[in-house]
Amino acid sequence: MNFPIISSLILLPSIGALFLFFINSKNITGIKYVSLFVSIINFLISIYLWFIFDQSSSEFQFVESRVWIKDFINYKVGIDGISILFIILTTFIIPLCILSVNSSIKNRLKEFLIAILLMETLMIGVFCSLDLVIFYLFFEGGLIPMFLIIGIWGGERRVYSAFKFFLFTLLGSVLMLIAVISIYWIAGTTDIEELYKLGIDPKYQNLLWLAFFSSFAVKTPMWPVHTWLPDAHVEAPTAGSVLLAAILLKMAGYGFIRFSIGLFPLASEYFVPFIFVISLIAIIYTSLVALMQDDMKKLIAYSSVAHMGFVTLGLFTFTQQGVEGGIFQMISHGIVSAALFFSVGVVYDRTHSRRINDYGGLVNVMPKYSILLMVFTLGSLGLPGTTGFIGEFLILMGTFKKSFLVAAIASLGVILGAAYMLWLYKRVVFGELTNQKLLKMIDLNKVELFILTLLALSIIFFGFYPDPFSNTYSVSVENFLSEYNDKLNNYNLQNQ
Amino acid sequence: MINLFYISTEIFLSLSILSLLLIGVFKKKSESFIYNFSCIILLVGLAININLNPQSPIDLFNNSYKINYFTTLIKSVILISAFLVMLCSLNYVKQNDILKIEYPILILSSILGMLVMVSSNDLIVFYVGLELQSLSLYVLAAFKRDDIFSSESGLKYFILSALSSGLLLYGCSLIYGFSSSTNFDLIYQNKESIEYGIIFGIVFILVGLAFKITAVPFHMWAPDVYDGSPTSVTVIFAILPKIAALTVFINFLYGPFLEMFDQWQAVIIFLSIGSMVFGAVAAIGQKKLKRLIAYSSISHMGFALAGLSVGTNEGIQNSIIYLIIYLIMNIAFFCCLFMLKRENQYFDKVEDLSGLSKNHPLLSLSMMIILFSLAGIPPLAGFFAKFYIFTAVIEQSMYFLAIVGLLSTVIAAFYYIRLIKIMYFDEQKEKYDLNHSLGLKMILMISSTIILIYFVNPNIINNFVSDITLI
Repeated sequence: MNFPIISSLILLPSIGALFLFFINSKNITGIKYVSLFVSIINFLISIYLWFIFDQSSSEFQFVESRVWIKDFINYKVGIDGISILFIILTTFIIPLCILSVNSSIKNRLKEFLIAILLMETLMIGVFCSLDLVIFYLFFEGGLIPMFLIIGIWGGERRVYSAFKFFLFTLLGSVLMLIAVISIYWIAGTTDIEELYKLGIDPKYQNLLWLAFFSSFAVKTPMWPVHTWLPDAHVEAPTAGSVLLAAILLKMAGYGFIRFSIGLFPLASEYFVPFIFVISLIAIIYTSLVALMQDDMKKLIAYSSVAHMGFVTLGLFTFTQQGVEGGIFQMISHGIVSAALFFSVGVVYDRTHSRRINDYGGLVNVMPKYSILLMVFTLGSLGLPGTTGFIGEFLILMGTFKKSFLVAAIASLGVILGAAYMLWLYKRVVFGELTNQKLLKMIDLNKVELFILTLLALSIIFFGFYPDPFSNTYSVSVENFLSEYNDKLNNYNLQNQ
Repeated sequence: MINLFYISTEIFLSLSILSLLLIGVFKKKSESFIYNFSCIILLVGLAININLNPQSPIDLFNNSYKINYFTTLIKSVILISAFLVMLCSLNYVKQNDILKIEYPILILSSILGMLVMVSSNDLIVFYVGLELQSLSLYVLAAFKRDDIFSSESGLKYFILSALSSGLLLYGCSLIYGFSSSTNFDLIYQNKESIEYGIIFGIVFILVGLAFKITAVPFHMWAPDVYDGSPTSVTVIFAILPKIAALTVFINFLYGPFLEMFDQWQAVIIFLSIGSMVFGAVAAIGQKKLKRLIAYSSISHMGFALAGLSVGTNEGIQNSIIYLIIYLIMNIAFFCCLFMLKRENQYFDKVEDLSGLSKNHPLLSLSMMIILFSLAGIPPLAGFFAKFYIFTAVIEQSMYFLAIVGLLSTVIAAFYYIRLIKIMYFDEQKEKYDLNHSLGLKMILMISSTIILIYFVNPNIINNFVSDITLI
């Protein structure tokens, strides 16, 4: 057997966390360097993995499988062209989060970094797992560290937000657990590769789909159950918001591709109108809500809901463009929203205010910051030349193929997105410098400049040159859709 | 000639109890000695018990007493947990002035009663074991006799328990009347088609047993008794009688009345759903940790019963895994309670946990692990316990039970994470003492480690129960 590279990718952050546990919490620099070191090593491993990954194959690669619970569940992990990108996104964002704690986390730094590293393990695990139970473990396990991150290091209403986050997510996921166990008894296995081959009895698909949907809809978050997200985002510390927006939300999007669509093609087809309607509501309604926010983090949180609405819209078009757009939009949103939350964190650390009205005229005192924030704003609203554009454009193209009306309404969301982001930018950066406190603001320090520049560069670079991403996932998506269509056709043939 | 070799655990315990009584009477100030010696007796009993694990099932005394792998396993679990309980409550017992010679002896005799219950294959033997166990516990509940709450809890437990024993005896007599035997095997052979008398008998016996494991609606005594008794007795209540009574549930229902599964399944499902939901909802408003853990254990018993209601070997096995994990979590939880002590005063209010994480990071870390595990959040052991139960439940397509159960875990999660919130997010209070006994620290450390790393190799615990086949 080859070197278990995926398992080491999953385990390394936990080992780092265990190591941190034994370091004296007074030794702050030591703690920071160890965690940074571990996360960067993990990033390098994932880049190496991307490098040796065979892009021309749609099979799962680097698969590891070993018996875990006897006669019941195997520990099985592996990656394909879709999951590798999310892994790289995770390992890319985590070191930046760790870098950013310098200014934002004042107490219990050691515990915070342990929580972040444990989150990394769990999130990479989610994207690698090829077994439903293993997936569930990683998916749900993230609740504990995230609850603590929001609750211990959060803002004023942190308790309320942490509870809301925890209970909403748990409520959604228990139904998924029932579905996972049911699949075990219906199909005799929880191994995803096997399940793809076997298929699931059509008469169960709708119910199982709904059970999975309940979990992913909460996590995505989709329209009626999105209310935990603004609260959690607002109260979480900067690194926590970044993790939530950049990676946690993507776990659900990834789950939609891998499980909802992959395992239940008939049900997915059946529920397309439903998904379209709530995605459209998410796009339009939350964009309008975002327009009215006076809290920067809340505004970005609502914009996340809208952007994830685009993602679900794209994924459920079942066209090459739509699905690819959905994946690209997730990656893009991962980078852009992380960048936006970092940016809010920068000014929050200086003024301890997130209210938009407290700002204005920042361009006079923080020119570097203003330039970078502009890149992120444009990336978020989808200006051509940024990653945001490619994702939204592909999604809309895929949607047009399916339904003109839906695409037209969704396009409205793009305009609204431009409206609230530009208005935010205008109110924060331009105008008169009225608030006297802002006069003393210092521009970005080296670490902040490094984080934000790196993110800005990747937004622009991949905006102009998306091939590294699209080459990686295109074969997998193609194969994924052809299997999907095969299953639908088979079923239709049988029923005739 | 009856082969007494196979009951040497019980004989050893009885002889030890008698000799300890003698020592206690004739030797002055021997409390500590007897306490320590009882711990050793439990360990020796455990060793004997493990040693005589029979290859094939053995029946003794005209089939009224049986020894097989299942009973041996449960007895070992009881003996180990009794040992751990006595070890971790040593300091508490000393400081609360309840260390009398009777205290350890009563615990030993209640353990003896449980061992008899577990092995019983006859209604009368079962009743004798049950009463030996209960009588000792009545006294233990009221052991802090100057404390009005302790006396109240002892009395309350005694009266309600007597009522349930009465119902149970009536059930036994009905079953005897309709099947003309008290022996489980003979009942199995004699009972003709399904008769109402038998069904009534089963229901009455189930009521009596449900009382012992605090299943809703026979739970009313639990919060008061848990709260009023000394904590060192509460931990016994929370663990030991439940293991024994649940084993009797299994022996009784899956022994003579296996064929009447359809008749009694509804009763178990009702008890299970009631306990899961009620335990979860009622614990939310509690202000005292012992009351909270009482409701929590009601809810946990509901899950264990859910495993019994499916009627498969997997269901039984998973219930037992559930019990084992439950007892590890509960012992760990009570270890934390024993550590909340300042100048010889013990604290058991929810608010006493406030800001614990700042002063006692390790204690609150273990407490957090235990609470998340009790709430059933992966990847901790408590999640797997529930996961196995629902695997068995869903196998039989009992979706309603599964959905109600899992939704009740969400409700229950609320009060568990409320405790975590109080420990981690709230303002800190005064420090607690740090001079705990080594045994207490070790037990807490080992049990929370087991809870934390159970997922690495679940087979270690699962293998113990995979040989249990009752059907």
